[in-house]
Amino acid sequence: MAKTAEKTEKNLKFTKEQYLHWYESMLLMRRFEERTGQLYTMQKIKGFCHLYNGQEAIVAGTVSATKKTDKHITAYRDHVHPIALGLHPKYVMAELYAKITGCSKGKGGSMHIFSKEHNFVGGHGIVGGQIPLGAGIAFAEKYLGTNNLCVCSMGDGAVRQGALHEAFNMAMNWKLPVIFIIENNHYAMGTSVERTSNVHDLWKIGLAYDMPAKPVDGMTVEAVHEAIEEAAARARRGDGPTLLEMKTYRYRGHSMSDPQTYRSKDEVEEYKHQDPIDKVLDTLKKHKWITDAEIEKIEAKIKTIVEESVQFAEESPYPAPEELYHDVYVQQDYPFIKE
Amino acid sequence: MKTVEFREALREAMSEEMRRDETILLMGEEVAEYNGAYKVSKGMLAEFGSKRVIDTPIAELGFAGIAVGASMNGLRPIVEFMTFNFSLVAIDQVINSAAKMYSMSGGQYSCPIVFRGPTASAGQLGAQHSQAFENWYANCPGLKVVVPSNPYDAKGLLKTAIRDNDPVIFMESEQMYGDKAEIPEGEYSIPIGLADIKKQGNQVSIATFGKITKVVLKAAEELEKEGISAEVIDLRSVRPIDYETIINSVKKTNRLVIVEEAWPLASISSEITYMVQKNAFDYLDAPIRRITAADVPLPYAPTLIEVSLPNVARTIQAVKEVMYQ
Repeated sequence: MAKTAEKTEKNLKFTKEQYLHWYESMLLMRRFEERTGQLYTMQKIKGFCHLYNGQEAIVAGTVSATKKTDKHITAYRDHVHPIALGLHPKYVMAELYAKITGCSKGKGGSMHIFSKEHNFVGGHGIVGGQIPLGAGIAFAEKYLGTNNLCVCSMGDGAVRQGALHEAFNMAMNWKLPVIFIIENNHYAMGTSVERTSNVHDLWKIGLAYDMPAKPVDGMTVEAVHEAIEEAAARARRGDGPTLLEMKTYRYRGHSMSDPQTYRSKDEVEEYKHQDPIDKVLDTLKKHKWITDAEIEKIEAKIKTIVEESVQFAEESPYPAPEELYHDVYVQQDYPFIKE
Repeated sequence: MKTVEFREALREAMSEEMRRDETILLMGEEVAEYNGAYKVSKGMLAEFGSKRVIDTPIAELGFAGIAVGASMNGLRPIVEFMTFNFSLVAIDQVINSAAKMYSMSGGQYSCPIVFRGPTASAGQLGAQHSQAFENWYANCPGLKVVVPSNPYDAKGLLKTAIRDNDPVIFMESEQMYGDKAEIPEGEYSIPIGLADIKKQGNQVSIATFGKITKVVLKAAEELEKEGISAEVIDLRSVRPIDYETIINSVKKTNRLVIVEEAWPLASISSEITYMVQKNAFDYLDAPIRRITAADVPLPYAPTLIEVSLPNVARTIQAVKEVMYQ
């Protein structure tokens, strides 16, 4: 019996440690965003606020299949990307609270989370605007000969922007080390993919530029990891970009102010049965790699991290008025018009 | 000293900086194999190779964004727009990305990048190729906007722009690329944000910038013949604006005319007028006057262009009016 279990373990591509890491990382994302949603409702967090619930496997599988020195850029559904890359969640929570201790000093907000230390290049608010930027980040890596790559994520809505097509064309022509990820959660705000184009298989957009492209089960972290691993190898070989359409689902609205009249509750429930975190937990349980006590311990640990983050944000000060003219120009004595 | 054309001055600035710093590159339509639409980058592909002098497809939004991304990650790109009329296709990346990256990242990501190319009208090019957008870009915090008027300033200011750690918009003119001037044999640079008095005078101040400086200097020459001493202030940059030099001149002459090629509403001249009335109200002996382009899309017909753009005659007339002559 023990021998069979060992063999099964050997045949698995991923280790127990990898699954445990994924589980913790994804659960932290989920609990962080759940708490963020609550705090938004309590008006502790202002502005627009887009949650990642349901899509965690994409970030988890991407981070596990890339190097620490690789760069990551995304749109405005951006709270958890830097957390998965190693930024303590308290700096993201403080940013959501608009506090000076936030990762963007309270100047960015929900849509402009940045962490240069963890190679997270934002947090961008104009749909599709980050796509040329991501190609440009990859351009610099290639120019400087680093062998790093850039992971550039976008939603399904961004696929219809002209910026994507211009950037895809140049990224492929110049063989830039970039992985384009479409987080296809089926709705651009309230408009379904089917309503905006005759092309519903978004990965096919890559074919117009001879870019290797394929659909990926974005609700399964192993599938994400494997697809990214293959794309990363291609990028590092000098063969250029890959387009991966990660089929996923967001459990929450587009933003916190979305009444979600465009989809049924049944549809949301159906996707919750394929929950990416439950799948990882099932694997851990199946192989007896985790006990109920350990599950509780992880939950408790994450709860503590999230609550510590909230406390840190609550207790931190807002930026002082003198901060207003800082970080606008690198030039220290820029003569602002103040009257 | 040596005599160079405006385009050579720009080329020298770029080439000298590229020799000094390998992270600097030039990117744009026709900059490499074609040697530049206006021959500004002539010979640069041969010297620096295709890694650093890069032809792009006609995709301003895409290559502007790629250059901004590269500037956030260790490079210092120079982006050539064939004209700033085409920069409107890329303006999302200039305004929403380059201008505010440093601020919205809390000082983590800066964008050391130069967007350069010709601005405003250049003959009978029709409405879409004849627009002056200096005030559009100058309105946006996070950017610097440089508009040189002669080869000497162009070289010195472009070198500073390339070394600047903030994004710089550098606006030239098709009608200046052939202008010649003496410049030093060796390296020099000019700080951004300082106006230059191109002609001393004591009866009236005329503030201007870019290509129109040539029109104003000609007008000042004519006025001199009529015994009117005009001081010509070349702003050289419109973000920031050197208000101090303008105000000090007005305190001396008590009269101000502003000449520019943009449309009138919310233009650089409106802005200067506000600042001068705020800071030198008691020194003014006449209302400030301005000459701008007519408040219409620039037509093709030469008769209509003649009555649309600032010229020597209109400048002389405005000066005489503020002098009650």
